[in-house]
Amino acid sequence: MEILTKLHARNLVEWAKDKPGVVVLSADLTGSTEVDLFRDTYPDRFYSMGMAEQNMMSFAGGLAREGFFPFVHTFAVFIYRRALDQVSMSVAYPNLRVRMFGFLPGITTPGGATHQATDDIGVMRMLPNMTILETGDATEVESVLDAAHAVDGPVYVRMLRGEIPRLFDRSEPMRLGCARELSSGSDVTLLTSGICTEEAMRVTRVLGAKGVSICHMHISTLKPFNDPAVLDAAARSRYGVITLENHSTIGGLGSAAAEMMAGAGLGKKLVRLGLKDTYAHGASRPYLMREYGLDATALVGEMEALLGVRFGITEDDLSAVRLEAVHSEAKAEAL
Amino acid sequence: MNTLNTGQENGNWLGHARETARGIRGRTLEFTIRNNGGYLSQACSSAEIFAALYTKVMKLGPSEAPMIPPPFPGVPGPGNRGYFTGAAYNGPKAPHLDRFYLSCVQYALVLYAALVELGRMAPEGLDMFNKDGGTVEMIGAEHSPGHEITSGSLGQGLSQAAGIALGRRLKGETGRQWVFMSDGEFQSGQTWETVQVLSHYKLDNVGVYVDVNGQQCDGRMTDVMNIEPLQMRLEAFGARVYRVDGHDIEALAAPAVLEPDGRPLFVLAYTDTSRGMEILTERKPKLHYIRFSDEAEREQYRTFLKQNFPGK
Repeated sequence: MEILTKLHARNLVEWAKDKPGVVVLSADLTGSTEVDLFRDTYPDRFYSMGMAEQNMMSFAGGLAREGFFPFVHTFAVFIYRRALDQVSMSVAYPNLRVRMFGFLPGITTPGGATHQATDDIGVMRMLPNMTILETGDATEVESVLDAAHAVDGPVYVRMLRGEIPRLFDRSEPMRLGCARELSSGSDVTLLTSGICTEEAMRVTRVLGAKGVSICHMHISTLKPFNDPAVLDAAARSRYGVITLENHSTIGGLGSAAAEMMAGAGLGKKLVRLGLKDTYAHGASRPYLMREYGLDATALVGEMEALLGVRFGITEDDLSAVRLEAVHSEAKAEAL
Repeated sequence: MNTLNTGQENGNWLGHARETARGIRGRTLEFTIRNNGGYLSQACSSAEIFAALYTKVMKLGPSEAPMIPPPFPGVPGPGNRGYFTGAAYNGPKAPHLDRFYLSCVQYALVLYAALVELGRMAPEGLDMFNKDGGTVEMIGAEHSPGHEITSGSLGQGLSQAAGIALGRRLKGETGRQWVFMSDGEFQSGQTWETVQVLSHYKLDNVGVYVDVNGQQCDGRMTDVMNIEPLQMRLEAFGARVYRVDGHDIEALAAPAVLEPDGRPLFVLAYTDTSRGMEILTERKPKLHYIRFSDEAEREQYRTFLKQNFPGK
């Protein structure tokens, strides 16, 4: 599996080359959100706003009213917790084309509860006019810019930084409102997003070999959540639907799936994996993924419970798959 | 009809401005009596500020909006292409023209009264105040006459105007952004975040008029949360600050003709919340929203209106 670093830093500079209306706002986290290269390349289009997010969000609304595309870069928590009123009234209400890049989604940071955006999707999903995208790999970090740019309104992006695997082929960019079907099947429909998709891919490989038929869909558009293919897949599942997300089980992907399924009158069981109505704490990502049940092992356990079978899968089996998938399976499974 | 005010060519602007201020008070009082309640003291303190802004300070074209305010067009969104703002009451948007932003939209009634006085809105528009399905809302939003942004959550108006100011500067536009604020907004952290940014980026195309009436919802600001010395605080943040008698129209207008020098301009208008309506004095300091206690008191105000604002 290809691992890329500082992807957004290079990609944004290239992407924005012929888009003079794109301006970047940063709240003292320029290197940490990988916009330092943008700052150095286009100093006239970069505005340091200081550690003052409330003004930054309203200010971005003002710039958008004048036809600019403000690309706000900071940690996700500081967008929706620190400046929610400003996002709601200065950006979302007037439906302005502000793009908010929220870094460190969920437990991807050891920074503890203050830095972990574990309830952002739930909060932002409540805002009318808001589009919510989440990146799950390198291809999505690259192509989320085009997906967001096509939206005539505000967009909140759960963004990845640092070392990012390429799970999906470069020729398959993120498409607004379209889930990626990574495997087809009819026993269980598995919906995953963000960093959880890589974990789930390991599980589908192992369980596939054991004869379990899984429809695995990767979700990158969390709002609007209306891809008919997702509802069809849920309706086809024999045993039910499992969601796995790097977020609270309240308000995020699991809730969106529940709303969709209930609204359609599907009498299917739904298992929601994620942070179970709890804050997290400062620790490494693998440690937290295990502690809060967001990893492959947790998913296997839920699959077993749903299917009523014990597969006797070990952690070694799962990590072996990941290594195997590095070069072959990820590409083979990508649409 | 108020057309382009560049200042000098209108020798009688001061008389016109005084009449405008008087009209704002009369209309607001008349409305408050009829409605059995209203933001009356705000009209007393800010009538001259609105009059100075609209007759002298701001370079605005004639209104492009219907004299009778249209009904509420629905909230903005991808499915609502018919949405409009109330900015057209302040004239067209053009590179050389100024813009007006009412930050403390609890003053909306005063702005509506000013628009009527200036011939930008029909008197019937004021009758639509706070009526279901209309745009002449009690706490104005961007669809309300004379409004361009939604700033009812206090402290957000100046930030939005600052973003607009940067955007217009990047486009090479010369028009200025005039923001009307209340002194209470200087208790809010966001306001200071914005002053910091205005100074840092030398956004001298922003001018702020502050109605320093020393009063807020809970009472006297010195009791609720002191903000003085406001001039020194703002100057320490890098602003260009003028402290004036907020009922002296010439003093109010004077700072606006100064050549911008890189600093954001703040005009601190020290005002009296019962100016021109002495009948209000006995209610001080509880003046945020006037509601009559009984019919006898309302009648007292009716008599005061007849005596002091004949014809209203």
